[in-house]
Amino acid sequence: MTRHIFKRLLPHPMLTLLLVVVWCLLNNTIGPGAIVFGAILGLVIPAVTAPYWPDRPSVPQPWGMLVYIFIVLWDIIVANVVVARIILFKSNADMKSAWVRIPLDLRKPEAITILAGTITLTPGTVSADLSSDGTELLVHALHAPDPDAVRDEIKSRYERRLKELFE
Amino acid sequence: MLINVLIVVILIIGAFFTLVGSVGLLKLKSPMARLHAPTKASTLGVGSLLLASMIDAFAHREPSLHEVLVMAFLFVTAPISANFIAKVHIHRRSNVDALPPLPEGTEWATLDAPPDQKIEPSEGLR
Repeated sequence: MTRHIFKRLLPHPMLTLLLVVVWCLLNNTIGPGAIVFGAILGLVIPAVTAPYWPDRPSVPQPWGMLVYIFIVLWDIIVANVVVARIILFKSNADMKSAWVRIPLDLRKPEAITILAGTITLTPGTVSADLSSDGTELLVHALHAPDPDAVRDEIKSRYERRLKELFE
Repeated sequence: MLINVLIVVILIIGAFFTLVGSVGLLKLKSPMARLHAPTKASTLGVGSLLLASMIDAFAHREPSLHEVLVMAFLFVTAPISANFIAKVHIHRRSNVDALPPLPEGTEWATLDAPPDQKIEPSEGLR
């Protein structure tokens, strides 16, 4: 019974927490006023939008997610330098753009979304489409003389970690 | 003094990568290749500029963490717009034959429409 009431009041606890944090950041203060108003928003918004989110999205362990975010930030810096060199010093004729097909081991929609977002944020690769049954990801690479290497790197560097985080 | 040098260095890095992104938009030939340029300007380019703004705020003015929010929203929304542009590109079928083939029975989701709604590529769309 208490579980049921808890679920009605707080359909998405993580969303509530996120709304409080975002509200405090928007106000640039951590005073009692901001926290109380953030908490009101954090209670009302998830309750009102609950019909659109019938299931709770799966949330990965926060510590592992933090490590993943730092790995991706580092990769973004490295890839930016690599792609800047390609754009500035490679002629269009030498550039070998390629479509890469990535068979997915991930099944959770949240995990696939994060993987696709990671691929797009890392310069040099853009995720373009998903197969109709959701088991393959279509990625465009700006300069990939060896498309299989791109596929293997994405699978071993990002997908393996996301699989550990989510499943 | 030292902090100002640091801020200037980070600003220059941000400006450089934003510039390279714009050069890429001009130089690259195909729409899909051009799509790669803004991803770089919106990650390291804007990221560095926001980092400089944050260091400046902590060193000289009131501490501010708005930049963290800007970066978070940007990193969440940028891949979605890039994905939409890529999907439009696939819909226009300019090099749809070059897409890697899929196992029998499945198709890339953008092209997967019920048979009566399939749009054949016309000359005008190419």
